[in-house]
Amino acid sequence: MSDQATTSSQEAALLVRNLNFFYGDFKGLNNINMDIARNKVTAFIGPSGCGKSTLLRTFNRMYDLYPGQRAEGEILFNGKNLLDKRQDVNLVRAKIGMVFQKPTPFPMTIYENIAFGVRLYDRLSKSAMDDRVEWALKKAALWGEVKDKLQQNGLSLSGGQQQRLCIARAVAVKPDVVLLDEPTSALDPISTAKIEELIYELKNEYTIAIVTHNMQQAARISDFTAFMYLGELIEMGDTDQLFLKPKIKQTEDYITGRFG
Amino acid sequence: MMNLYTRRVWTNRIGMALSMIAMSLGLIGLMWILWTLFSKGFAALSIEMFTQDTPAPGTEGGGLRNAIVGSGLILLFSMLIATPIGILAGIYLAEYGRISKFASFTRFMTDIMLSAPSIVIGLFVYALFVATTGGFSGWAGSLALSLIAIPVVVRTTENMLKLVPTSLREAAFAVGAPRWQVSLKVTLRAVKSGVVTGVLLAMARITGETAPLLFTALNNQFFSTNMGEPMGNLPVVIYQFALSPYDNWINLAWGGALLIALLVLAVNIGVRVAFRQKDKR
Repeated sequence: MSDQATTSSQEAALLVRNLNFFYGDFKGLNNINMDIARNKVTAFIGPSGCGKSTLLRTFNRMYDLYPGQRAEGEILFNGKNLLDKRQDVNLVRAKIGMVFQKPTPFPMTIYENIAFGVRLYDRLSKSAMDDRVEWALKKAALWGEVKDKLQQNGLSLSGGQQQRLCIARAVAVKPDVVLLDEPTSALDPISTAKIEELIYELKNEYTIAIVTHNMQQAARISDFTAFMYLGELIEMGDTDQLFLKPKIKQTEDYITGRFG
Repeated sequence: MMNLYTRRVWTNRIGMALSMIAMSLGLIGLMWILWTLFSKGFAALSIEMFTQDTPAPGTEGGGLRNAIVGSGLILLFSMLIATPIGILAGIYLAEYGRISKFASFTRFMTDIMLSAPSIVIGLFVYALFVATTGGFSGWAGSLALSLIAIPVVVRTTENMLKLVPTSLREAAFAVGAPRWQVSLKVTLRAVKSGVVTGVLLAMARITGETAPLLFTALNNQFFSTNMGEPMGNLPVVIYQFALSPYDNWINLAWGGALLIALLVLAVNIGVRVAFRQKDKR
């Protein structure tokens, strides 16, 4: 199962090797091996509880916040194992950004929402920071809507705008990888379309890994798709190939709606 | 069928009646206190109360200027001590030490401190501070009051921070922020109004404390802003004057009691009005 899950022809941003994950005694991920291609969109699909979010959260060591959760194996990023205890978690998170299911603007102004992350690792002058904020908001296709109200609280924006603010915030620190954990599941169809468009734009510069419950969304926006089930990676490949000619029966059953 | 229904209706009526009686008993007591305080207090209120110092025995008139200023200074400094310590300890409990043994020990001690009799705290500061530094002082008073305020601030800060959704905390970590920045700049800011409320209520709580000041700041019948000396303060003045045989002293005690009650009332109402808008958001 592990060999066919690699996309070795592409240059990989993340190499996952023999990854096991535990919630206390419960094994959440079982021997995952995969390559996440650089500057491509990789989608993770599968029924609830299959481990796709768990997998995403190992990429930026979000699980570290919770005692009792641990990962074994290797995730290679720029030649280093992210799971190594000596690895600085905050640096990992600055390089591998994340956007969550629910929009989570910080309780501060729109400007500060973006500047907060940037200030952690860059010492910029006022004008350079202004430029960076504008750049990030433009990247997230939000600049036009908020350029006159940068000093307003981030919470005053609509849900879709808040989510794009979160994407801008993730992009502003210039990460290599952006992780999206069901970024559109709390949004209306128009906001969803905007975010999908945005993802399409962003992949030119960033490696994107997205968890989604929506198979059409995975088919629309991703280059590669990974199907997971009960903590295992069942099948991974070109999105077109996986949706049109899945190699494995379980994948076919899932994407044709026979279970899950 | 009907029988059971009638019984329920009557059980309900009796239950309602009992709780109404209980409520009115409490309310009557409160109203009585407020009525006495307001009628006697307002009668005692005058400009001289704010411009003159506490009178010597047997003299006419006099005011509470030294006690008002002294109380203000003692309160100010006790809150300056209690606020940072209380908030930082609250952050520690909510963000750093959710499950550590040291944190649960601290939490336990905080709970004990919350219900500790204030006279014990007064004696503690007397033995540790007053007796060793050679005398009663405003500083000792501030210290004693801050010991009462700290656990209140700790508890409200911790409880408020626990209400912050996990998603917001994770989002702050996800941009690579270290824990202290996540706590101080994101989660604490998210519950700012709740924490400020806690600090103000802690202040209201210590405004009327008498016992700890008896052993620490003592009293001073002259005007003084020197925190290193015994210092006049409203609760102790009220305590002494209310038990005195002089009419003008008793009047001043009522006036002082009214001032304290009004301040506590103002803080409570102010907090509610100021943060009502934000809570609805």
